[in-house]
Amino acid sequence: MVPSPTLAVNIAPLRDVHKALIRLRVNGETHEVYVPVHKTLLEVLREDLNLTGTKHGCELGECGTCTVLVDGEPVLSCLALPIELQDRDIVTVEGLAERGVPHPLQVAFAELGAAQCGYCTPGILVAAKSLLDQNPRPTLDEIKEALAGNLCRCTGYIKILEAVELAAQRMTGNWKRETGNWGTGSGA
Amino acid sequence: MRLPAFRYLAPKTLAEASRMIADAGPDGMLVSGGTDLFPNMKRLQFDPRILVGLRHLSELLGVSGDPHRGMRIGAATPLHQLGLHPAIRARYPALATAAGSVATPQIRRMGTLGGNLCVDTRCNYYNQSYEWRRAIGFCMKRDGDVCLVAPGSPRCVAVSSSDTAPAMMALQATVVLSGPDGERTLPVAALYHDDGMAYLAKRPEEILTAILLPPVDGLRNTYWKLRRRGSFDFPILGVAASLRLDGDGTCTDARIVLGAVASRPVEAIEAEKLLLGQRLTSDLIEEAAMAAYRPAKPLDNTDLTLAYRKRMARVFVARALRELANLP
Amino acid sequence: MGEEKEEYSIIGRPLIKVDAMAKVTGETKFADDLALPRMLHAKLLRSPHPHARILSIDTGPAEALPGVHAVLTGRALPIKFGILPVSQDEEALATEKVRYVGDPVAAVAAVDEETAEAACRLIRVEYEVLPALMSVGEALAREDVRIHDYGPRGNIHKEVALEFGDVEEGFAQADHVREDVFFYEGSTHLPMEQHAALAAHGPDGKLCLWSSTQTPHYVHRALAKVLELPASHIRVIALPNGGGFGGKSDPFSHEIVVCKLSMLTGRPVKICLTREEVFYAHRGRHPVTLWFKTGVTRGGAITAMHFRSYLDGGAYGSYGVASLYYTGALQTVTYRVPRYKFEGVRVFTNKPPCGPKRGHGTPQPRCALEVHLDKLAEALGLDPSEMRRRHLVQPNSVTVNQLRIGTVGLGECLDRVVERSGWKAKHRKLPFGHGIGVAGSAYISGAGLPIYWNALPHSGVQIKIDRGGGVAVFCGSTDIGQGSDSVLAYVAAEELGIEPEDIRVVTADTDLTPVDLGSYSSRVTLMTGNATIQAARKLKAQLFEAAGEKLGVPFDRLRAAHRRIFDRDNPEAGIGFVEAAVLAEAKFGTLGAVGSYTPPKGLGKYKGAGVGPTPTYSYSAAVVELTVDPETGFITVDKVWLAHDIGKAINPLLVIGQIEGSVYMALGEALMEEQAFRKGVHKIPSMLEYKSPTFLETPQMESILVETLDPAGPYGAKEVGQGVLLPVVPAVLNAIYDAVGVRIDEVPASPEKIVKALEAQRRGRASGNGRLPSVTFPEPTVVQPTGA
Repeated sequence: MVPSPTLAVNIAPLRDVHKALIRLRVNGETHEVYVPVHKTLLEVLREDLNLTGTKHGCELGECGTCTVLVDGEPVLSCLALPIELQDRDIVTVEGLAERGVPHPLQVAFAELGAAQCGYCTPGILVAAKSLLDQNPRPTLDEIKEALAGNLCRCTGYIKILEAVELAAQRMTGNWKRETGNWGTGSGA
Repeated sequence: MRLPAFRYLAPKTLAEASRMIADAGPDGMLVSGGTDLFPNMKRLQFDPRILVGLRHLSELLGVSGDPHRGMRIGAATPLHQLGLHPAIRARYPALATAAGSVATPQIRRMGTLGGNLCVDTRCNYYNQSYEWRRAIGFCMKRDGDVCLVAPGSPRCVAVSSSDTAPAMMALQATVVLSGPDGERTLPVAALYHDDGMAYLAKRPEEILTAILLPPVDGLRNTYWKLRRRGSFDFPILGVAASLRLDGDGTCTDARIVLGAVASRPVEAIEAEKLLLGQRLTSDLIEEAAMAAYRPAKPLDNTDLTLAYRKRMARVFVARALRELANLP
Repeated sequence: MGEEKEEYSIIGRPLIKVDAMAKVTGETKFADDLALPRMLHAKLLRSPHPHARILSIDTGPAEALPGVHAVLTGRALPIKFGILPVSQDEEALATEKVRYVGDPVAAVAAVDEETAEAACRLIRVEYEVLPALMSVGEALAREDVRIHDYGPRGNIHKEVALEFGDVEEGFAQADHVREDVFFYEGSTHLPMEQHAALAAHGPDGKLCLWSSTQTPHYVHRALAKVLELPASHIRVIALPNGGGFGGKSDPFSHEIVVCKLSMLTGRPVKICLTREEVFYAHRGRHPVTLWFKTGVTRGGAITAMHFRSYLDGGAYGSYGVASLYYTGALQTVTYRVPRYKFEGVRVFTNKPPCGPKRGHGTPQPRCALEVHLDKLAEALGLDPSEMRRRHLVQPNSVTVNQLRIGTVGLGECLDRVVERSGWKAKHRKLPFGHGIGVAGSAYISGAGLPIYWNALPHSGVQIKIDRGGGVAVFCGSTDIGQGSDSVLAYVAAEELGIEPEDIRVVTADTDLTPVDLGSYSSRVTLMTGNATIQAARKLKAQLFEAAGEKLGVPFDRLRAAHRRIFDRDNPEAGIGFVEAAVLAEAKFGTLGAVGSYTPPKGLGKYKGAGVGPTPTYSYSAAVVELTVDPETGFITVDKVWLAHDIGKAINPLLVIGQIEGSVYMALGEALMEEQAFRKGVHKIPSMLEYKSPTFLETPQMESILVETLDPAGPYGAKEVGQGVLLPVVPAVLNAIYDAVGVRIDEVPASPEKIVKALEAQRRGRASGNGRLPSVTFPEPTVVQPTGA
C-alpha cells in the first residue's frame, strides 16, 4: 500500500485573481472586456466575445489551431495575453468575409474540399491570409513553410495547398488552372 | 488548459522593469514572447504570482550594426525577423538558420531571441501536466527531489533545447545583462551551467537586453538541426559550427557546439583542436566528428533513443563541417 | 439500388459540401462552442496509477471549495456499460479498481474550469497499488494478477481459433513456404478537436446531451442504461465532429458524467477534455504482433495461409472483440486463399483502451501480409505487382471463410498504380537510397451486423417536402468531416431532380432523426445512400403521378432534373419542382416518406462469422516512392500513387479528399506515430511529442478512381473513408527494402530502426524481431469450405 499522493496540492489557478478592463479591436470592432489578466486571447475571444470560430486543439502552442492575426501576423491565441494586445488589430476567421462576401481563400477552401471536419480550418485560413497579404504569389514551398505551424488530421494537406494556390491565382488575376484538379482520371 | 492567476506588470522602461522584477523576488518572472513560459505555466511547472512584461520595452528591440563592425540584436527581437534579416542570413547563417527553425511560424513571430537563449531546459518527465507529474512522481526540477531520468543523479539532467544558443556560441557572441547594479556582458558560453535546474548564469533580477555579434571577419558558419518533423519540434540535436580558413585552406579558427546533448550547449573542444592548423579533408572531418561525438551524452528524456541521438552527433558534425569546407 | 441511370445530374460531380461555407467562415458549431445560461463546468479526476484498488475516496475538501456545485464518484453511477454487449466492463467513474493512468475516478461540477480542476485535486483517494501489466507478455505471464474478472483465463479478453479447409494439406502442396513475424505499434486518432460534451437536464425531467460523438445512437443507449432513464426521455445530439477517425465511437465516461452532474445540479454542465485526456480516452489502433505462414506455388498462387494475431487491448473491452476478429477476417478477400487458419488473442493491459481507428483491426494484418507477399515474390523471383495481379479473388465469388465478394477492382487498381508510377522501370532499379514499393488491400463498405443484435434497419431516412418546394432530409448519421450530410443531399437531389443547395439536411439528433448506427465501419454512404434512395423514390412516385396527370405524360416517361419534372421524350414538356410538389400535396396530402436499409445476411454460420461480411468490399492499391538517408535513417516520401475501387464516386472531390487524408494518416503510422508508455504512464500525451506529420512532410500524391459499379451500393458506390489507408503502410515498408535492402518488419519504421538494421546488415547479422508471445490457442473450430 502506498500513501495517497501529497495533500499539498497546487491549486494556484484559484489564487488572487487580478482583473483588468481591456480594450480589444477585433475584426475592426472595439470591445471592452473586464477579465482576469491571466485569461488568454483564445479564452476571451471564445468566452467573452462569443467569437467561437477560433478553435483550440491543445492550448499549449503545439498545433496552430487557435491561430489569429495580430497586425497581420499569425499568432497563437492560446499563448497570447489580451492585456498585451490592446489597440492592436486582431483578425479572426469571422473577420475574413467582408459584408457577407467571403474571402477568396474561403471560397477556394469550400470549392476544393480543403475543409473536411473544418476544425483546423479557421487557423489555417488566417495563416494563409497573412501569407497572401505579404506574398501574393507564393511558391508551393512558401505555402508549406507558411502553414507549417498548423496541423490538420483530415486532409493530408493537399487540398489546402491547392486551395491557397487557387485563391492566390484568383486574387492576383493570374488564372491558370481549373478548379477540381483531382488526381488523374476517374475510371468512368 | 488555463493559466494560473498572476498579476501583470507592464514597465515603461528597462530601469522600471529591473525594479519590478527585483521587488517581486521569487514570486516574479519575466515574460517576453510567452511561448515557452505560458505552456510551462499551464502545466504548473511555474506559477509566478507576478509577471513583468518586457514585450514593449524599446531598449530591447531593434537590430543594429553590420557584419563588418559587428551587430547588436535587441533581446526582444522576434525570431522571425532574424530568420529574414538580409545581413544575418548572408553573414551569420548559423543564427538565421537556428532562429528560422525554432518551432513554428507563429511561435517565431511571438518568441524572441532572448527568450530562446533563456528557454527552459526540457525533459519528457518535466514538460508534462501537473496531473501527469503527480502520477509518475514529481521530479527534482519541480515539486520533487529525485531525477526520474537518472535516479542516481545529484543534479537535474533536463536538456538545453535552444536552437540559437549553440549558434551564438559558435559565432562567439556575447550577451548584455542588465541588473539593478548596472550592465555586464558575458560570452554566450558563460551564460549556461550544466545543470538542468540552475541552467542560466543570469541572476533572476537581471534582464537579458541584447546580444552582440562580433564582426564576421571571414567566419564561415552553419547550423544543423535534428528533429523528427520539419516544424514544431525542439532540437534533439543541434550542431553549430564556424570556421576560418586562410588563403591556402588552413583552418585558423574552429568552433563546434552541440545543442540538446546536455543541460547546456557543449563545445567540442577536442574536435576543434584537430582542425586547427590543418586543411579540411574528408578524413580529417571524420576524425573531428568522432572526437566531437564522444563527449555527447544524451539521455533518455527527449524524442528518439539516446544511442541514435549520440550517433547522429557524429553524422551532423561531419555534415556541418563538410558544408563549411565546401566538400560534397 | 445500384441500377445505372443513363445520366446523372448530381451524382459524380465535384460539388461543394453542403456545410462547406459554414466551415470556412467559422459558423459551424462544434461541441465546445456551445454555451447555455447558468452552465457549469466539469472536470474529471483521473487515476495516477496504472493498476490499483480504490480503498476510499474523500470528497469533503472538494465539496467545501467555494464555487463547487457537485462532486460525483462511481457510487452514484454503478451500472457498467461498453460499446459491445459482450464486454460491458466500463464504469463512468471507477468504483473498485482503476486500470490505467487516466481512468476516471471522480468528477466535479463548478462555476468555472479552474475551480473544478482545483476541486479535483482536493479529492483524496486512497489506493492499494497492484502490479501494472504494461505489455502482452507481462499480462500473459501474470495470470495471478487479473485486470478484469472475465475472459477465458488470466488476462485474456478473447481468443479465437478458426480453420477453413485443411491448411496442412495446403502447405504440403506448396513449392515454397515462409513464416514471418511483424509488430505494428499502436497509434491514436489525434482528432484536432478535443472531445467535448454539454448536458442539460430540464425541469420536465428530460435530458439532452450535445456531444462530439460519431455514434449518437450508441451513446443514447448507454445513457439510458447507466442513468436508468427511459430512452424516450433522453435526446442525444451529435455535433459535427472536429475529426473522429474512430476515436469518438464509444460511449465515454465524460458524456455520462455531465448528464449525471446536470441531473444533480439542475443546471447545464459542460466538459471539454484536455489534449492529454484525449490520449487517455484513446480507443486507437491496437498494438499487434502478427505471424504469417503461407504456402505458395512457383507461380505465386497461395495454397494455404496460417495467421496469428496478438492484440494489446489496453484496459477495457471497447470494440476489442470485433477488432480481434477483424485482424483475421479480411486476409481472404484480395488474393485467392483456398485454405486458411486464424488464431488470435486479445489481452488486457494497464493502458488506455484500444479500439477502432481508421481501418479497424485490418491495417495491422494487411501491412504484415503485404510485406510477407513481397518477400514471397522475391523468393520466387516474381515481380510483386505481377504476383498479386495473377491471383486475385474472383468477382461474385465466396471466400474460404464464407465472405461474399461483389465487384473486384483490385486488378485495375494495381494496373493503374503500376502504370502511373513507372513501376517496371523503377522496381529494384533505382539507385541506393531510393526505393519503390507496392501493396494492395480491401475493406468493408459497412459492417454486415450492428453492434448489438437486432433485426432493425441499420440506417433510416425520412424526407419531407413542403408546399414551397422545401425538402428536408432527416437521418441519424453524423458528419465527422467525411461529408455524410452532403451525401444525403446529393442523393436526395439526384432522385428528386433538384439541387443539393435546395435541401436542408437534419442529422444526428435522436429526437428528430431516424436511427443511423453511426459513422464507423465505412458504412454511411452505402447505407444512408440506399435508405435515401428508397425514401426519395416514394416521393418521386407521388410527384410523377401528380405531374403526369397535369402534363398528360405516362409515368414511365417522366424524369426529374434541374428543378423540373419533364417528359423524357419531349423535355420541353414539363413543370417546375415546386409546382409538382403543390400538385402532389393536393393529391396525396402532406408529403413525407421514409426509407431504410439493412445489409444482406452473411453466409457463415460459425461463431465469429458476423465480422467480415459487408454489402461490398472496396479495393485499393498503392505505390510509394521514397528516399532513405542511410546515415540518419530519415525517410522522405517522394510520391504516393493510390488507386481505389470506389464502385461509383458520388462526389469525386470528396472521394479524393478521403484518399489524401488516408494516405497522410497511413504515412504517420508508417513513419512516426506511436502511443508510447514508460513507467506505467503515457510517455508523450501531447501534440508536440506525439509526432503527427506537418505540411512539410507532405509528399506528392496521385489519386486514381476505379469505378466497378457494385449493385449493392447506391449508384454502385463503395466505401472510401478507411480502406485506402491500408495499402500505404506496407508499400512504405516494401519501398524501404527496395531503397536500402533492409526489412523493417515493424511499424513505425522510425529512423533509429533503419539505422540499426543497416548497421546489422553491415555486420552480417539478421535483424528480425521474431519473438511471439507464448499463448496456447484452443482447438480450432473447423469450417469446411462450401465449394466456392
